[in-house]
Amino acid sequence: MDRRAFLATLLVSTAITALPAFAAPVVTYEVTPELIAAAKAEGTVVFYSSLDVAVAEKLAAAFEQKYPGIKTKVERAGSERVFQRVGQEYGSNIHNVDVAETSDAVHFVVFKRNGWLAQLQPAEVAKLWPETARDPDGYYAAFRAHLSVIGYNTKQVKAEDAPKSFADLLLPKWKGRMVKAHPGYSGTIMTATHALSQTLGWPYFEKLGQQRVMQVQSSTEPPKKLAQGERSVEADGNEYNIFMLKESGVPVEVVYATEGTPITIGNGAIFKDAPHPNAAKLFYAFMFSKDAQQLTSDVGGLRSFHPGVVEKPDRTPLSKIKLLYSDPQKLDKEIEAIKKKYEEYFGT
Amino acid sequence: MSTASDFRIPVRRGSIDWSKPVFMALVAFLAVLVLLPLSWLVYFAVTDQAGKVTFANFVAMATDPTLRRPFILAIGMSLSVGALSCIIATPLAWFVARTDMPGRSFVRIFVTASFVTPPFLGAIAWEILAAPNSGILNVVYRSLFDLEPYDHIVDIYTLPGLVFAISCYTFPYVFTLVSNALDRVPSDLEEASAIQGASLYTTLRRVTIPLVLPAMLAGSLIAILQALTMFGSPAILALPAGFHVITTKIWSLFQYPAKPNLAAAISMPLLMFTILLLWTQRSILGRRGYTTLGAKSGVPRLTELGHWRWAAWAFTALVLLLTVVLPYLALIQTALTRTVAEPLSLASFTLDHVRFVFFEFSATSLAMRNTFLLGLMTATVGTGLALVTAYIVSRNVVKGGWMLGYLATIPVAIPGIVLGVGLFLAYSNSILPLYGTIWILLIAFLTIEMPAAYQQLSSAFRSVHVELEEASRILGATRMETLRTITAPILRSNVIATWCFVFIGTIRELSAMILLTTADTKLVSVIIYDLNESGDLGAISVLGLMLLAISFVIITIANRLPLFGGPKLTSLRG
Repeated sequence: MDRRAFLATLLVSTAITALPAFAAPVVTYEVTPELIAAAKAEGTVVFYSSLDVAVAEKLAAAFEQKYPGIKTKVERAGSERVFQRVGQEYGSNIHNVDVAETSDAVHFVVFKRNGWLAQLQPAEVAKLWPETARDPDGYYAAFRAHLSVIGYNTKQVKAEDAPKSFADLLLPKWKGRMVKAHPGYSGTIMTATHALSQTLGWPYFEKLGQQRVMQVQSSTEPPKKLAQGERSVEADGNEYNIFMLKESGVPVEVVYATEGTPITIGNGAIFKDAPHPNAAKLFYAFMFSKDAQQLTSDVGGLRSFHPGVVEKPDRTPLSKIKLLYSDPQKLDKEIEAIKKKYEEYFGT
Repeated sequence: MSTASDFRIPVRRGSIDWSKPVFMALVAFLAVLVLLPLSWLVYFAVTDQAGKVTFANFVAMATDPTLRRPFILAIGMSLSVGALSCIIATPLAWFVARTDMPGRSFVRIFVTASFVTPPFLGAIAWEILAAPNSGILNVVYRSLFDLEPYDHIVDIYTLPGLVFAISCYTFPYVFTLVSNALDRVPSDLEEASAIQGASLYTTLRRVTIPLVLPAMLAGSLIAILQALTMFGSPAILALPAGFHVITTKIWSLFQYPAKPNLAAAISMPLLMFTILLLWTQRSILGRRGYTTLGAKSGVPRLTELGHWRWAAWAFTALVLLLTVVLPYLALIQTALTRTVAEPLSLASFTLDHVRFVFFEFSATSLAMRNTFLLGLMTATVGTGLALVTAYIVSRNVVKGGWMLGYLATIPVAIPGIVLGVGLFLAYSNSILPLYGTIWILLIAFLTIEMPAAYQQLSSAFRSVHVELEEASRILGATRMETLRTITAPILRSNVIATWCFVFIGTIRELSAMILLTTADTKLVSVIIYDLNESGDLGAISVLGLMLLAISFVIITIANRLPLFGGPKLTSLRG
């Protein structure tokens, strides 16, 4: 292979020479008995995911229960690690992955541009998903959405003292008492940082950087640091992890900031060179089925685009939350600048 | 004719001297092993993303403060680790090997436990113990003195905290080398000193310490290099504190959009720093003869400490408490309680984490199998290679043998994560398509473990007098026979120690593997790291304790097997 092309694909740099995108019509498919039989013959499906590891394993177990005889291999890592791994593997022609999902929408823009995705869409997605939550060419679709929220430990902070807004986080009383995740590692936080830098501006982050914030990597981690009692307030982190902890009796609570709450769309897709193409199709369709979507909502606290999913009553519905969006096409070009500024303010 | 056969002079078996061909093969093998990834690194350092030659990477390194700072911190950190390890380990080794301190026989077991503990697991355990707010030690401290939340006595998320957490798991390098050396210091020299009227202190200073100085230096050097190239512990403790060391900085350069060229350039000064260290060690050791095991040897003399016995005991107990007992207890508690904050009680007890690791987490069994398979392969092949290399170098078997020593030592200077990239580039093309198989992991492990194995065995060779081997050669044995029948048995305890070093080193290696493992070639260390990034401390504790238990079993078996001369091990020490 040409060395330059090899490196480019290896590192999934922006310099990738994109394969020409053919404007082929969207291919939708149903789960048929033939598909199930073919998937069972393959026997395995490999799922790269950035879901919380417990949720990912539960999703896999539900799939195995519904379609016995198909083993699900879950490769769980942070979004950026999943992205890096797929890039490394496809760069050296290793086709391990059947289905992948990450919480960084930029990844699927890049995957699609590289021509690595299969143009397949489950019928359920075509029928039920809003147009904004699926790729117009049918290469990927929003498997989930989740929010990056402020949160606090209710044993350490009374509800009336808790921060109500991002501006509150800059109060001296929170100095040394906050935890937050890293945009270089977490797709959720990169998306949130992009959205917040547009809404609040960089001076907000500059001031937050002077609050001696404990810096963790994955956006699943700040809620766990709250649960552990290591810090009282999280400046960002997954809403769904707080739901999961709270519902198991841990004293943590979500805050929807008055300025708005950043939302992250987590896409999923089938890879073109999937080693188990039929099992991949079956698993991918299952991911968007009402059962799976209800499951990830119930045990995972994730937000679903499936209209049939019923959320637990004590969760605030998305319609009542002021949401802040980030455009993946724009974000793709700004990642470098965001990381540089972030390191300047936070040290890493 | 029959008479002729009756009086035939016995033919010397293996009379061909194999040392030349073995040497050539070794040079070729080590060169490929070491130089292939290294040349990729050098090439990357002086090129840009498009493959054009440039010095921009080095200019960026000199001008960008976010690149300079990690260097200063990393060098300060690793020198502190070296010093602290030496300060902890040297008295400990002396107490155990040469004094009548009570409970000596247990100390080696505890030190082995510390050595077996992967540093990143230790760092996680120390997070559980000494995080400023939720750390168990701080919680106890606050409840004892009735203090406010956030008052704390220790904070592990600081530079001193990091130095401490790393030293807990690097001091065994110094301990093992120094205590082995002390075992071999003939007591006649010390007795001579005592007869001349020297006090205990003077004898220590003038006789014993100079004799074990090479071991102290070699051990501290390993500790420094380990700290310098370590990724796991700084990633766990330095990043939350808001600072980078070199390895974590390099790792962050591989996040999207990756800058491998800059990462390669950053590793160049690290390489030079390491070479400087090795050169210093060589020139210090080169000045004196330190042979301590000749054909005749005295029995080491035990020093009676008197009342100081209890001071020694207290020091030892404190060290073992901090490095082994408390971290292990913290892991056990975390494995068995719902969240880290709760104390272990009937109400908080749960087997959820155990169930999750063994029955829900799909990566567990595959990762366990890969890890131990690779551990066994690397330890066996690696020790063999290092033994032959150390022999050729230390006995000047062939001209230019010293080159092998350098080749075998170079990988120590390459941070694991960078080596991972070099290996990935070298073995993922169509000529050598090894990425995605366990063979690329075996190559990576061999490369990473070679320096430590070689250092251990070559320092062992330095302390065995060549006269025994010469006797064997005069009686007609070839070099390879002498190595097999004389040198290797004398060094048996060192060979076993090296095998264990390599095995343990393999199962706890993390940084190079992060870029080389795939779904089918998972390792326990990598899944532990993945779990840490998402904060699943309970599952980590279960996996970590399992890893530790199995390592102990392997080491115990290796020490007992008659094949390895288990029972004779102690008598040889005497």
